[in-house]
Amino acid sequence: MNVLEFTALVAVGSFVAGLLGSLTGLGGGVVLVPLLTLFFKVDIRYAIGASLVSVIATSSGAAAAYVKEGFSNIRIGMFLEIATTIGALAGAFLAAIIPLSALAVIFGLTLLYSAFLSRKPRPKSQRHLPPDPTATKLKLNGSFPDPEEGLRSYNVQRVPAGFGLMFGAGALSGLLGIGSGAVKVLAMDQAMKIPFKVSTTTSNFMIGVTAAASAGVYLARGYIDPGLAMPVMLGVLAGSTLGTRILIQAETKWLRLIFSVVIGVLGAEMLYKGLAGRF
Amino acid sequence: MASAHAWTDRKMEEFVGNLLRTGVLLSAAVVFAGGAIYLARHWSQPAEYHIFRGEPSEYRSLSGIWQQVLALRGRGIIQLGLLLLIATPVARVAFSVWAFAEERDRMYVAFTLIVLGVLLYSLLGSSAVLN
Repeated sequence: MNVLEFTALVAVGSFVAGLLGSLTGLGGGVVLVPLLTLFFKVDIRYAIGASLVSVIATSSGAAAAYVKEGFSNIRIGMFLEIATTIGALAGAFLAAIIPLSALAVIFGLTLLYSAFLSRKPRPKSQRHLPPDPTATKLKLNGSFPDPEEGLRSYNVQRVPAGFGLMFGAGALSGLLGIGSGAVKVLAMDQAMKIPFKVSTTTSNFMIGVTAAASAGVYLARGYIDPGLAMPVMLGVLAGSTLGTRILIQAETKWLRLIFSVVIGVLGAEMLYKGLAGRF
Repeated sequence: MASAHAWTDRKMEEFVGNLLRTGVLLSAAVVFAGGAIYLARHWSQPAEYHIFRGEPSEYRSLSGIWQQVLALRGRGIIQLGLLLLIATPVARVAFSVWAFAEERDRMYVAFTLIVLGVLLYSLLGSSAVLN
């Protein structure tokens, strides 16, 4: 395959990855690294570098739209970014020490665990929760435009648990070159009881900052190849821009289904290849 | 007082939205231009990404990338676009420091400064440690 053919195919694949990543709130990276390594046989370090860069584009592009729609919560994002950026820096340094097959196994397990968790149904009664003193002190409670109820307010719960999970999300992001939107959404949606749409859009908003925290380390280490990152970044950006338009109208139930099936299949594949030592 | 607070938040959100969009579009345009030069010169070469070599030093540091840009190398221009992309969320965080200061929200100024410090360390400090 020559450079032109490779670039064109990677751009198309990245477009699809960006579309899926945006629709599910995952960021493109979680789909991209398996795509590049399993499908295009790219070394996992180059894949991680290109993915990380595209994740910043996806996140910033999508966040620009959501912030205006009033879905994302800037304070929740900023507070939790303390945990994700420090985690990301730790993860990026750790990535150089860990063997490649172990990286693939961690990747696979992350995806499978996320898929499993996202299929657990959330009890309906968790809508009108009492305010939590820590969340109130940190000014994390907010409201968002709900198509049925108008402006719907919510009270954030279990801040320390969410903060801890966010450190883990950051570390995974730095380690694997993904936005780790799955873990971020889980931390906000499941632990902190933030409404799903607010969780996904705030996650998107945070992913760019988290990824930027490890991008410097990746660049300095030579993981970011311009020839590969170019079609990946442009393809993902185009795909995610399209995905953003769909999400604002889409049904949460369907999002969750797509979300879990995609990450489950890719997780199994990464885990198998990692355990078989093919990285 | 509560409504004035909400209004400032809203304005801040709008500005952040525009900042992010501008940064992404600008970096995409630079990456696209660099990509066009790169493809025009190297399209027929074989694509070899299954072997990891690590990028040469001129594509790994800020000063190295800048020299490649001045020489109008396609890959150098792509890296410049990627640097602009990385700088976009950093600029967003830097703006938030100012915006929270405008709201006299000391707690969030402190939170945002911590995040900014981590980002700047990664971008400027880590290359000194690793190269």
